This record gives sequence, structure tokens and C-alpha cells, in this order.
Amino acid sequence: MTARVVTIAALALALLAPTTVAAERASLTEIEKQVMCPVCGTLLQLAESPQAQRERVFIDRLIDEGRTEAEIKDALVAEYGDEVLALPPDSGFSLSAYVVPIVAFLIAAAALAVGVLRWRRAGRKGDGPGPHAQGPSAEDSDRLDADLARYDL
Amino acid sequence: MSIRSVIAVLGVLAVVGLLVFGLASKGSSGVEVGDPAPKAPLPRLEGAGSQSLADYRGRWVLVNFWASWCVPCRAEAPDLERFQQEHADARFTVVGIDSRDLTEDGRDFVERYGLSYPQLRDGDGDAAHDFGTTGVPENYLVDPAGKVRLLVRGPVSEEYLDEEVAPLLPGSRQ
Repeated sequence: MTARVVTIAALALALLAPTTVAAERASLTEIEKQVMCPVCGTLLQLAESPQAQRERVFIDRLIDEGRTEAEIKDALVAEYGDEVLALPPDSGFSLSAYVVPIVAFLIAAAALAVGVLRWRRAGRKGDGPGPHAQGPSAEDSDRLDADLARYDL
Repeated sequence: MSIRSVIAVLGVLAVVGLLVFGLASKGSSGVEVGDPAPKAPLPRLEGAGSQSLADYRGRWVLVNFWASWCVPCRAEAPDLERFQQEHADARFTVVGIDSRDLTEDGRDFVERYGLSYPQLRDGDGDAAHDFGTTGVPENYLVDPAGKVRLLVRGPVSEEYLDEEVAPLLPGSRQ
């Protein structure tokens, strides 16, 4: 009985193992979407230049060697520099490419919130009757009466 | 000065700073004849260590930007090697700069064409950017003072080397 269980477990592992390896295997199609053709200045996926063809051959060779996607991207950076990555690395000065837009968004949101609060506060203060609703002052009334009397026909 | 003014000034300074940084890091008009040649160190294509054009101060240097995937580079490589064989001495050398190329491809190219002159590697294209190249091949003749004396955007031919470069080199009869 125990031997049968062990055999079944071994068979199950043998069937699952290639699936796991295949799932982790890097793909040229996926990497092409994440790296640039340095000479063309476009994604490798869109490039057809001779340099792009050599870059694809290089990636294919590393895939055949069993390298992971991250290892292949590291190898490309070692050959062409950071600019081969479609997205800048999230370290060093390149980190600002991610941080600056977030900080700018937060500052803009804060400024908008402060503006809306002030606008609403100003609106509440003005809820009472406006200056014209209280009527003219006594001095203005006297002057108005005098003017009307002067033009009284 | 009110807080609002300070914030406005800081905002303007930030925008100007970003623009200046962008221009400084990306903008390069490149070199023209008479300009000093860029001399940032580059790794050797074969072997360890790095080298700069400053190491050649006092010699005439024909700087040749190339790449293994570049078809015209294949055409000019034998002419450059022949010129090196005929003229290289303590006062002149050709220096190749393999730009935006795979290291192994570059080394194979050097071996295939039997290039004997020094080869540097410019994988990220920074040197090409400093020179202001528009592609490969491009050739720059740098004088012993480190200034660019000739500039060819494209391949050089045997005739060009003999008629335009050779007469400028020391020991020339012209």
C-alpha cells in the first residue's frame, strides 16, 4: 500500500515538474515588451533594425541557457546600459521617475483640497444678507432725498 | 516676502532646474572640426581595463565609431586596417570604438577582419552621444593637442584615407 502511494506521488511530481519549469521559463515575447532597441529608440517589440535582430538572438541564447527574465534583463543592462530598459530601474536617481509624479500628484491634490475648503468657508460667511439687502445708510438716504427733491417736477 | 511669493519662486526655480537638467543630460550638439575631442574613459573591447583618448595626447588618432551589425562598417574595416599597418607608429594610430553593440559580436568582428588597432567599447552609446554621432560608421581625426581636425559622417574609403588623412600625419611629404 505504502509503495503504491509513493509511486503515485512520484508520478504526480514527475507530471507537475515540467509544468512548473515551463511556467518559469523566460519568453522572448514578454522580454521584448520590456526592453528597448537602443539604436532605434523604440521597444524591441517594434524594432526591425539589424541591431534589434542581434539583441533578439542574444536574448534567445540566454533563454536557451535557462536564464530567468530578471537575469536576462541584467545581462542586457550590462551590454547596453540602463537605457535598454523600457522602464527605468527603481533605485538611485532613476527612482525619481516614479517618486516625482506621485509627489506632484499629492501636492496638486493638497492644493485643490485647500482651495475647495477656502471656497466653501468663504461661501458660508456670505450666507447672510448681502450689503445691498440692508438698504442705504442714513447719510445716503438723506442725499437721495435731496437729489430727488431737486429733480422733482 | 510673503509665503505665497516664496512658494511661487521655489516652483519657478524647480521648473527651471528640471529644464536645465534635461538639457544638460540629454542635449549635445556634438563636436565639430576644431573642437576638443571628448575623452571620457571607455572599457577595452578585448581584455580588462579602460582607456581614454587623453591617453593618446601627443599622437594623431583616427577615431572610428563602428558596430558589428553595421554593413558599411564591414566595408571600411579592411581599409582602416591597411592604413593602420602603413602609418601606425609612435605618432599615429587608429582607435576603434564599438558602439551600442554586443561584446561578443564586437570581438568576433575584430577577429574576422583581423583588426590590430586598439578597440574600446561604448555599449551604452555615451561616447557616441558625446561626439554627437548620427550613426555608424563615423570617423574623427584628432590631432596631438586633442582637437578634431577631420570629421567624416559615414565610412572612409582607401582614397579618402590616402588623400585627406595621410597628408596631415607627421612625416608626410605634403
